[in-house]
Amino acid sequence: MARALINVPSKAKRGDIVEIKTLLSHPMETGFRTGVDGALVPREIINRFVCTYNGEVVFSAELFPAVSANPFISFTTVATDSGTLVFSWTDDQGKTQVQTAPISVE
Amino acid sequence: MLARLAASALVLVLSCAPPSAQTAETPPAGRKSGFDYMGPDSQAMQKDDLSNPGMLGVLDGEALWNAPAGKSQKSCASCHSDARDSMKGVAARYPVFDEAGGRPIDLAGRIGQCREARQEAPALTREGRESLALTTYVGHQSRGMPLAPSTDARLTPFRKSGEALYTRRMGQLNFSCAQCHDDNAGGHLGSAPIPQAHPTGYPIYRLEWQALGSLQRRLRNCMVGTRADAFAYGSPEFIELELYLNWRARGMEVETPAVRP
Repeated sequence: MARALINVPSKAKRGDIVEIKTLLSHPMETGFRTGVDGALVPREIINRFVCTYNGEVVFSAELFPAVSANPFISFTTVATDSGTLVFSWTDDQGKTQVQTAPISVE
Repeated sequence: MLARLAASALVLVLSCAPPSAQTAETPPAGRKSGFDYMGPDSQAMQKDDLSNPGMLGVLDGEALWNAPAGKSQKSCASCHSDARDSMKGVAARYPVFDEAGGRPIDLAGRIGQCREARQEAPALTREGRESLALTTYVGHQSRGMPLAPSTDARLTPFRKSGEALYTRRMGQLNFSCAQCHDDNAGGHLGSAPIPQAHPTGYPIYRLEWQALGSLQRRLRNCMVGTRADAFAYGSPEFIELELYLNWRARGMEVETPAVRP
């Protein structure tokens, strides 16, 4: 599967706003480009990104062909409880890549 | 009539102008990396390993380093063990003199050579994903170290031809590297700043490419810009140029993988 870099502060105070940064390795082929043979290269992009925090969706996004390769998505959430953040990226084939990151809240 | 004469005289003067005020190597204190010409956002992206997309290439390279390949079923790690120790400072001294070939070889070339001869695996495509990932991974082990080009005397003639290429005018636009990167470094070409031609961070993640790319890809980019017939990947000309460019940048910090606009 594709590689992902996820930046979640490992510790946070309850009620703090924490910034989360994600970077996924993906070509994000737009479907508008032609290959060397002149034929269109089929579209192959990540079209959905969801982040859940202890089961609750805290951020989600729809992605379109204008998004660059290796999409970088950054957002904030409020640290409520210790637990797990689950990130999932879904591509045009319907395949989903899931990564998790722990967070400990004091 | 007079005006036209004056104009043609001006054209004559311009076309007779010397190609460049010699290859004025920037003194160490005034040397700048492409990093110094970037905006704060791009600089921050490069500095944070979790935002730098080039680090995805480093991760890829690390996996390839440890993966057995070819008939020998050896991985890079089987011989070189942990790259974090064995490959420290290696990228900082490349290109080096290759005994077997009798001429200089660059890092991507050496990795390709190892791949075929020692691992007995199919050749890596230059500028392909695997070759770039491994070069980036090996290059990354020298990050923060000063560029220390090999001082092997056998490299001198090749470095000299690299310097000659740097100052030679080429392409329909008839520009040499030196005319922009020495005479006009710090200026702008359109909206893009012209850096000093110190290749400190290759392979780079170039935002325009949305991908990692080697110094040779960047050089081809410039050659196409001057409407010259670009040298092929891995050609002797590129390796000589790389020798010379690394020599100019000696002592500067390796940034691999750098981010560039």
